[in-house]
Amino acid sequence: MAILRPAIVLIVLFTVLTGFALPLAFSGAAVEVVPYRANGSLIERDGQVVGSALIGQNFSADRYFHSRPSATTDTDPNDPTKTVPAPYQASNSGGSNLGPTSKALLDRVTADVGANGPAPVPADMVTTSASGLDPDISPANAERQAARVAAARKLPEQQVRALIAAHTEGRPFGVLGEARVNVLRLNLALDAGQTH
Amino acid sequence: MTLIGWAQIALILSLVFIAAVPLGRYIAAVLAGDVRWLRPAERGFYAVAGVDPDRPMSWKPYAVGLIVLNALHFLLLYAMLRLQWYLPLNPQGITGMSPQLAFNTAMSFVTNTNWQAYAGEQALSYGSQMWGLTVHNFLSAATGIAAAGAVARAFAGSGLQSLGNVWADITRITLYVLLPLSIAAAVVLILCGVPQTLGASVEATTLEGAKQVIARGPVAFQEAIKLIGTNGGGFFNANSAHPFENPNALSDLVETWCEIIVPFALAIAFGYIVGDRRQGFALFWTMTAIMVAFIALAYAAEGAGNPLLTAAGVDPALGNLEGKEVRFGIPLSILFAVTTTVTSCGAVIAMHDSLTPLAGAVPIFMMQLGEIVPGGVGSGLYGMIVFALLAVFVAGLMVGRTPEYLGKKVQAKEVKLAMLAVLILPFCILAGTAWAINTTSGTGSLANAGPHGLSEMLYAWTSATANNGSAFAGLSADTKLLDYGLGAAMLLGRFAFMVPVLAIAGSLAAKPKLPASAGTFPTDGPLFIGLLTGVILILGGLQYLPALTLGPIVEHFAMTGGKVF
Repeated sequence: MAILRPAIVLIVLFTVLTGFALPLAFSGAAVEVVPYRANGSLIERDGQVVGSALIGQNFSADRYFHSRPSATTDTDPNDPTKTVPAPYQASNSGGSNLGPTSKALLDRVTADVGANGPAPVPADMVTTSASGLDPDISPANAERQAARVAAARKLPEQQVRALIAAHTEGRPFGVLGEARVNVLRLNLALDAGQTH
Repeated sequence: MTLIGWAQIALILSLVFIAAVPLGRYIAAVLAGDVRWLRPAERGFYAVAGVDPDRPMSWKPYAVGLIVLNALHFLLLYAMLRLQWYLPLNPQGITGMSPQLAFNTAMSFVTNTNWQAYAGEQALSYGSQMWGLTVHNFLSAATGIAAAGAVARAFAGSGLQSLGNVWADITRITLYVLLPLSIAAAVVLILCGVPQTLGASVEATTLEGAKQVIARGPVAFQEAIKLIGTNGGGFFNANSAHPFENPNALSDLVETWCEIIVPFALAIAFGYIVGDRRQGFALFWTMTAIMVAFIALAYAAEGAGNPLLTAAGVDPALGNLEGKEVRFGIPLSILFAVTTTVTSCGAVIAMHDSLTPLAGAVPIFMMQLGEIVPGGVGSGLYGMIVFALLAVFVAGLMVGRTPEYLGKKVQAKEVKLAMLAVLILPFCILAGTAWAINTTSGTGSLANAGPHGLSEMLYAWTSATANNGSAFAGLSADTKLLDYGLGAAMLLGRFAFMVPVLAIAGSLAAKPKLPASAGTFPTDGPLFIGLLTGVILILGGLQYLPALTLGPIVEHFAMTGGKVF
């Protein structure tokens, strides 16, 4: 019994400290001090939440820039033991998990290259992300979509390209990661009629 | 490989190396009981627990203490996961876990594995994440560091009867090391954009008018200790690839740093504990050399891209982006894939299942080496010490002398126990994989065909046994076979390794510490570093080569030969 008391007491005390007190204090403080970030970087338009700046969403209309393909799934409404594709399902993140020699991967990519040609197509345009919720595309991917978006919106292509340039984020410190364009922010800027 | 890619890797690793030395010295002081700035809280813990922090413990009560603590905590977590429907802070109304999944999950978190056979945002309430998993992240990490501290003390003097006091060690490590680091990291991550809210999921109306339910939660605090404690269990299914867990390249720098800082600092701390800094640096440089070599190998493989995709018309400029995020790109994704498997972390920012074959083989091989370069918090250091003992034993065989390490004679008993510990890994990994792959349930879990399917199963048993927790995540892991089988592998990989190592420490502690003589093999120079590296790669790694050949290596040649499955 002598050994049980310290074990039980330490579990209880550390549960109270690291499982209750600190996470609750952090949640309370973060929501007060940096509410935008603590709540998930939610973006509102006309008082309605239209998404999160950090979470990609599915775009299919010609007038919007399209996000990367997404491998997220949802429960099949007809059979709860199965799943159905549901791109950008933001409460069930995940990747395709297709291996490099997977025929399913190669078939999917080949079809997408055909739809987005001519080859070579920017890699992020035809590959799914790790989370299935990637909010970004590469600048090359955005450039390739510029003409389609400009035509659908009856805008000069130059203006759309300037908007892409204004929404391109470089690497932090000039070194880390890759340059990227946040699709939701870019599309919001298009809707708002911004020119740069 | 590109120059800017290497610049990213060099930047992050230098930040780790710069901080490791002062942090190592600090951790040594914490383990010695010389750090006192939270003295009132520490005293309060001891008073309630009925603990005298100065009471010495030999290896047996020390090991029993760790086992009792973890066994009780396992039972508590199992109960919480089964009963989460009835417990508070469950805004999504998530139901209790099945017995097999709750067993697997509780075992996974108590062993610092954090293998996840479930999707966090679907299967766990905020409450379970906080007072279930987050607490385990702290205590399993403290367990590892305490065991490492106890093993290190065995080399500190002659005729030692005590390895320290287990309760004082656990308390001090948590209060003085894990908590301050996690609090600082959580603040930085929140500023980078990681959410920390008790608010339920948000329903957004997208620009095209569709509904999107966005899962969020108290992520940042758990994210911090998940990396500091090399735990790796993600709040969300996609783990640190999820934009809410790791929103940008800057947060990724912080997370990669957090993941490897404590294990490297512990190597330095070892030098201070045994009273010879150079001994700590010898382990530190061995860890660094092997880790950097395999980062280079993985980066070269992944940087070459997937020729099948290039032939299909994909521009290779950005690399193989299947299963990766645009904001990270190839170099950061590869760096993380290696740092998460040279430690016992297991968090991911890219889907390892979609890595090119040789880049995917590196994480598997790093875990198979036993995660010692630098390894999990604590477990990496005591694993490394086992290999150091084997290295001096091999050197002793070559020159016909009784081997010594840090003045302690390494004799038959220690070598037998060391071999017992290191044989647990290949036994669980290879026998487990062979068994599972020969059942219909096992093959039914595979997501990919051909050699990649074998790699998925090999990865799973390797990850569970090595207490890593990352996965070739296509594998359907929530089956009876894998929930219970992998759960058992985690248990053996953790405690059937830790207990023999503590027994070695108990045996060595009691021996006299011999002064170095002209005939002593120096264990702080480049010759020893080279020998230790060789022993790790040959003794630790060679037995896995046949399995790796059948999986990733065959797949590599299939890929370059244009074959798909």
